[in-house]
Amino acid sequence: MIEQLKDSYKTFESQLNGLGQGFWQELRTRTLHSFSGLPKPKDEEYRYTQLGRILDKKFQFADLSMMGRTSVHGANALFHNADAHHIYINNGVIDQSKVSQNLPKGLSISTLQEALHHNAKDIESHLGKYAIKNNDAFASLNTIFSYEGIFIKVDKNVQIDKPILLHYSGTDHPGHAIYQSRSLILAEPGARLSIVESYSSDHSEDHFSNHVSEIVVGANALLDYYKLQNQSASTYHVDNTFITQSKDSVVKSYVFTLEGKIIRNNLNVDLEDENCETHMFGLYVAHGDNHIDNHTVVDHKMPHCFSNEIYKGILDDTAKAVFNGKIFVRPNAQKTNAFQSNKNILLTDTASMNSKPQLEIWADDVKCSHGCTTGQLDDEQMFYLRSRGISKASARAMLLHAFVDDVLDKISIGFLHDFVAEEMKNRLD
Amino acid sequence: MSKDNQILEELTSSEYKYGFETLIENDSAPKGINEDIIRFISAKKKEPEWMLELRLKAFRHWVTLEEPTWPNVHYPKIDFQDIIYYSAPKPKKTLSSLDEVDPDLLETFKKLGISLEEQKRLSGVAVDAVIDSVSVKTTFKKTLAELGIIFCSFSEAVQEHPELVKKYLGAVVPMTDNYYAALNSAVFTDGSFCYIPKGVRCPMELSTYFRINASGTGQFERTLIVADEGSYVSYLEGCTAPQRDENQLHAAVVEIYAESRAEVKYSTVQNWYPGNKEGKGGIYNFVTKRGLCKGDYSKISWTQVETGSAITWKYPSCVLKGDHSIGEFYSVAVTNNYQQADTGSKMIHLGKNTNSTIISKGISAGKSQNSYRGLVKIHKRAENARNFSQCDSLLMGDKCGAHTFPYIEIDNSSAKVEHEATTSKIGEDQIFYCNQRGIDTENAVALIVNGYAKEVLNKLPMEFAVEAQKLLALTLEGSVG
Repeated sequence: MIEQLKDSYKTFESQLNGLGQGFWQELRTRTLHSFSGLPKPKDEEYRYTQLGRILDKKFQFADLSMMGRTSVHGANALFHNADAHHIYINNGVIDQSKVSQNLPKGLSISTLQEALHHNAKDIESHLGKYAIKNNDAFASLNTIFSYEGIFIKVDKNVQIDKPILLHYSGTDHPGHAIYQSRSLILAEPGARLSIVESYSSDHSEDHFSNHVSEIVVGANALLDYYKLQNQSASTYHVDNTFITQSKDSVVKSYVFTLEGKIIRNNLNVDLEDENCETHMFGLYVAHGDNHIDNHTVVDHKMPHCFSNEIYKGILDDTAKAVFNGKIFVRPNAQKTNAFQSNKNILLTDTASMNSKPQLEIWADDVKCSHGCTTGQLDDEQMFYLRSRGISKASARAMLLHAFVDDVLDKISIGFLHDFVAEEMKNRLD
Repeated sequence: MSKDNQILEELTSSEYKYGFETLIENDSAPKGINEDIIRFISAKKKEPEWMLELRLKAFRHWVTLEEPTWPNVHYPKIDFQDIIYYSAPKPKKTLSSLDEVDPDLLETFKKLGISLEEQKRLSGVAVDAVIDSVSVKTTFKKTLAELGIIFCSFSEAVQEHPELVKKYLGAVVPMTDNYYAALNSAVFTDGSFCYIPKGVRCPMELSTYFRINASGTGQFERTLIVADEGSYVSYLEGCTAPQRDENQLHAAVVEIYAESRAEVKYSTVQNWYPGNKEGKGGIYNFVTKRGLCKGDYSKISWTQVETGSAITWKYPSCVLKGDHSIGEFYSVAVTNNYQQADTGSKMIHLGKNTNSTIISKGISAGKSQNSYRGLVKIHKRAENARNFSQCDSLLMGDKCGAHTFPYIEIDNSSAKVEHEATTSKIGEDQIFYCNQRGIDTENAVALIVNGYAKEVLNKLPMEFAVEAQKLLALTLEGSVG
């Protein structure tokens, strides 16, 4: 496997032409050297999601060198009428004609290759730094084989009113079943922005997309970060997101997973300085043979930080979901408040849920808790509604809506809220 | 702060009071493990051929296994060839009354606070005492025999009840279960065997005391409890070891087999030598404990108070196979100085309407690391299974750690599974409340810790509860405010 990858890396390298040198190239070689292959069956992190085995069988990793070199215009993207700064990425290729048009002062959006020229310092001090530290196999794979990506930077004390909307789409494209996409987002001190990543695809064939986001949030900055995963039922998707927060910053991240064959999200939040606040919300509604796996890590390194996590899931048919939430509280991080909750409803006997909420705490003056429940709809609540003349179907819908509502409520972007609420309605009624 | 430090100092200076060594002549095997040693042990115990076969099979499997590294504990690699696998107090002969027991041995038990004679007369607890893996005395055997209860050392059971041993040994923990279970199956030297016949309610608590005495030895004992239909037994286990600079290995296997409507209550007060305050020495306690609720309406309940051992690594489990069966796990694990504990429970729901409860209370002080690791698995066919887990951690001082690793695997929609965990320190407001009412900080801590662990301590049989409370107070003596 590794040998195969090294060979395909050589081919990839030879195709890079002028791009195969400098900082990024050095990063690729470094990552390749430390790469130890896809997760093995006994890998604890991939215990419930045997991605390594499945991908190895299904996809030609030797073909990584060939991935999506030709640009195809995305299908009609969701929200393309929304009032936002739009960026289109199709099959891992950026539609450059639409990047950086009419941007307000203080906001720069460009491709990573461009940024390598204009913002060399930013790129060199951040690109790949967080992914390499984490050592996730898929993040490393992305670092080795990606040559392009999106760079977003908001200058000091600049407030961006409109959300930045990244449309990641996939369209049928025979022979190119693996896509890699990447982004680097920098919020300078005091900046304020919201980002929406919308993933969609109309693939009918199996395909694998591998995404990495590295996000650096400066002191006192505010970031709202949304992911909407609504790909086709033949999508294998791995998402690695690394968020690093500085003093007094506030980040709210959201993941909505509505469809996909196997979806794996790794969300890593590092609280590097005092008084950071981070919120993580997740909602997954799985049906058919969807397999949705959310791994989150919050690392409290300094005192007086706050983290709150709510992940909720509804599983139907033969769907499987995995939740693994880790909270680390380092010896320094006194006065930490960390909360975590994972709640799941299984609608059928064939659906299954594996949950592993973890706490690792080395500081004594902290308040940490986690809670996890899995079950079906409450009989008593059901009875209450039924006894008031509400039909079984609408009572069920009502209870499911109530279940997801506290996460839906947290969405502060109108068009996104309406879309997710509508989708929920369609699925739960 | 300085007061905290001072109190912490006091805390770390409280010493292990069971750290004496009894000079009893030993009859031991040479160091190391190989097939000859196993044959030696088997021959020493005058075992039948099938037993030796089982041992050799387990050994051959063990050789193919690798030492597990997944627990959240750190220790230097164990040299399995540097351990004495058989050490028996000498002289060893069949004893029928206490008068024949070596007086030194009796003295040991007096020091431990379990005078066999007193036990016999006062508390009505039947004791099987195991020193260096060999059972030295079983009390109350005759009274029990009248009811048809078999309670004896494992070697005796192999000789006298081979059909029972053959049937149940390895039925719950197979020889090939894991690294230490395989090792234990190959070299176990003694242990306790207990059989409660149909419909019998055991009139007294049965108890085993384990003691590692000789140096350089490992202790590998095996406990097998079989509760036949409709029977009830409450079983106690206690352990101590001398103070030594070396690390000694204790790898035991406990199997419980409960037929329908049987109930087994297994309580442990584990107080192996935890090492000195620099973390030198102490017992490695790597134990496999598992109960099988084979029949409908059966119940197995584990209660443990863990205060000793340099490293504790055990997960008393229940396999709930019978419909309506119940599994319970109550645990208080205290770590201090450089102790490490990775402990918790596994509840595997296979039958319908099965019910399990996990209450785990971790207390870490000094520079210790305390982890809860547990599995709740609801099998596809386990309709209406119910689990409630609660694991709380209490941190004392800022150099210790508390970790929680729960695994929750649900394959059935009718399951109701709840898991809760909290981590905190003793609230300043709680201490203040006590101080205000004239209770000094040290007593306030004792009060709060006892209250914190009460849910579990309440589950212990009376004799043990008293001992456990004392132990808790001793381990956390003068703890921080």
